[in-house]
Amino acid sequence: MASTLPLGKEAGKKPGKEQGEDGHTHESDNGGSGPRDDSTRSTRRAPWQAFLPLWLMCAPAFLLFAALVLIPLAMTLVLSFYRFDPASGPIAAFQFGNYAEVLKSSYFHTIFLRTFGIAFLTTLLCVVIGTPEAYVLSRMRDPWRSLFLLVILAPLLVSVVVRAFGWSMLLNPNGLVNQAFALVGLGPYKLEYTTFAIVIALVHVMLPFMVIPVWTALQKLDPQTENAALSLMASPATTLRRIVLPQLTPGILSGSLMVFGLSASAFAIPGLLGGRRLKVAATAVYDEFLSSLNWPLGATIALLLLLANLIVMLTYYRLLERKYARSIG
Amino acid sequence: MSFLTLTDVAKSFGDLQAVADVNLSVEKGEFVSLLGPSGCGKTTTLQMIAGFVETTRGRITLDGRDITHTKPNQRGLGIVFQSYALFPHMSVAQNVGFGLEMRGIDKAERNERVREALALVRLDTLAHRFPRELSGGQRQRVAIARAIVIAPPVLLLDEPMSNLDAKLREDMQFELRSIQRKIGTTTIMVTHDQSEALSISDRVVVMEAGRITQIDTPYRAYERPENHFVSQFIGKANMLPGTIVARDGDAIRIDLGHDVAETGHTAQLPQKERVVKIGDAVTLCIRPEKLRLCAPGAGRLPATVTSRFFLGSQWLYRVDSKLGEVMVCCQNEGTEPLAEGAAVGVDWNSDAIRFVQREARHG
Repeated sequence: MASTLPLGKEAGKKPGKEQGEDGHTHESDNGGSGPRDDSTRSTRRAPWQAFLPLWLMCAPAFLLFAALVLIPLAMTLVLSFYRFDPASGPIAAFQFGNYAEVLKSSYFHTIFLRTFGIAFLTTLLCVVIGTPEAYVLSRMRDPWRSLFLLVILAPLLVSVVVRAFGWSMLLNPNGLVNQAFALVGLGPYKLEYTTFAIVIALVHVMLPFMVIPVWTALQKLDPQTENAALSLMASPATTLRRIVLPQLTPGILSGSLMVFGLSASAFAIPGLLGGRRLKVAATAVYDEFLSSLNWPLGATIALLLLLANLIVMLTYYRLLERKYARSIG
Repeated sequence: MSFLTLTDVAKSFGDLQAVADVNLSVEKGEFVSLLGPSGCGKTTTLQMIAGFVETTRGRITLDGRDITHTKPNQRGLGIVFQSYALFPHMSVAQNVGFGLEMRGIDKAERNERVREALALVRLDTLAHRFPRELSGGQRQRVAIARAIVIAPPVLLLDEPMSNLDAKLREDMQFELRSIQRKIGTTTIMVTHDQSEALSISDRVVVMEAGRITQIDTPYRAYERPENHFVSQFIGKANMLPGTIVARDGDAIRIDLGHDVAETGHTAQLPQKERVVKIGDAVTLCIRPEKLRLCAPGAGRLPATVTSRFFLGSQWLYRVDSKLGEVMVCCQNEGTEPLAEGAAVGVDWNSDAIRFVQREARHG
């Protein structure tokens, strides 16, 4: 859910404010500032009735969003303040005991650190693998390009359970990977139910979320800028590092935000490949709700996960976006 | 040996022969334009000089050194791209300084040279802007500054004006020419705009279908077109088909049909085609501004004005005669122009005429 953040800027634009806004036209030498034209002013004065059709058009989406996200979120927030009694279940209250418990306990610290460690590692690997992949993809000719795009998107077409069991078959002590190790006289290694297994499976499914935005950024890149750099005596490696990569940054940025957010809140993969003991925040929430039946504590963990995710992503977004906003935008 | 030479250079893409047997010598400090319609191979030729396209055959030398197979990032040429290809994530100063940085020039000297180059293109006040904050003309000047700051042996311009509007284009042509004069860099420009090529180059290279058809000064290319294509592509021309009916030494007589004949001289034929004999088909080529309108009954050819176009400094008349429709260009002298439908006479001087070999498709 939090992964929609980078798009929030576009979606949040007020309707009807677009005409005078795109100030980056080519001819205006005196910058686009100052009063542009009356169209902006007349829009501001437009009566609220003028926007009624727009509000009505947004209404179904808004109702859906409210019913499925806002109301449950508010209920979770309220629930997180409840007191839990092992004998009778949640008791309505307003106290911060649950928060204190999560924030003080080293057990939960470990879970949160593991969650964000996994998300960070997954994001890093997706950047390292996905960026070159997108670059190579953009250089391919068409029959191959479509084929490889399909290969990259394939994990999204397979059910998460099937995919997780596939990895589990590969990684278990008698799986293909260990059989391969045995051939050269190594192993067997414990690969299943490790952080490694979770990260591998997450990278597998998250790669499209990195490749697609980077690929989109590549479509906007003027291929002549590479030739220009070469003509100025830059080596091909320097050209990639100094000219191509910076132009891909917006794509890498939005890709990493999506991958990080989705990985940090991933449930099925860590649940199936991490086993019972290797908990992440999402599986901890599940256990509190369904095993311990401690709903207030589960709600607290869920909200803290959301909050931590928001803070990490917004900070990252601010740091990088500000740096590139002026030049690439 | 010339500064930059192309010897029998050719390029094929699969079965498609994009450039065939291009031979070109460019002297140091010269401004040469490659001119031709789109798809004539002029951009491919430029890309081979730049090194972005491998030659299929032939040799390219620069200052006596064979650069045919040198990598583009080792040729050190200055290139202005059609899209300008500015680095969008770098400021104007960083864009211009990039080539110097790659040559390992220290920061103090780099800043000084960037400042000089930006002053040359009159952009010194915008050094900290980013490309997207500039207008089209300003971007183009950044691209020029970026290419000349490295003091390249040769400056290559790939349709540099095609993204500018007409007025700006004219200004930039003058500016480009004066910059080139000032720094004296050997320059090769690709363009499909004949007036641009004529106005700023020392020599024009006219290309058609992958081959060079004429290399000449702009004035000679205009006045003495080598073939039908050049006379049509550079400027406007009236093309009248005729047949040689008599030849006495160098003097020839051409019958244009409908009882109109013209006398001429073999010197008015293209150099390669001076061996003509009676019965040869030739095309008489005369520029619209070399025709004169006079009173009805006077002149060599009676005609009727069918339409007129006001071009500001000139009037362009289309007149109908027994030889077909003819264009006549008259200076606007502030007097009342001829009305459509008016009867006129058309006259010309015999030495304003050129003959070219008639091509089969016009036969």
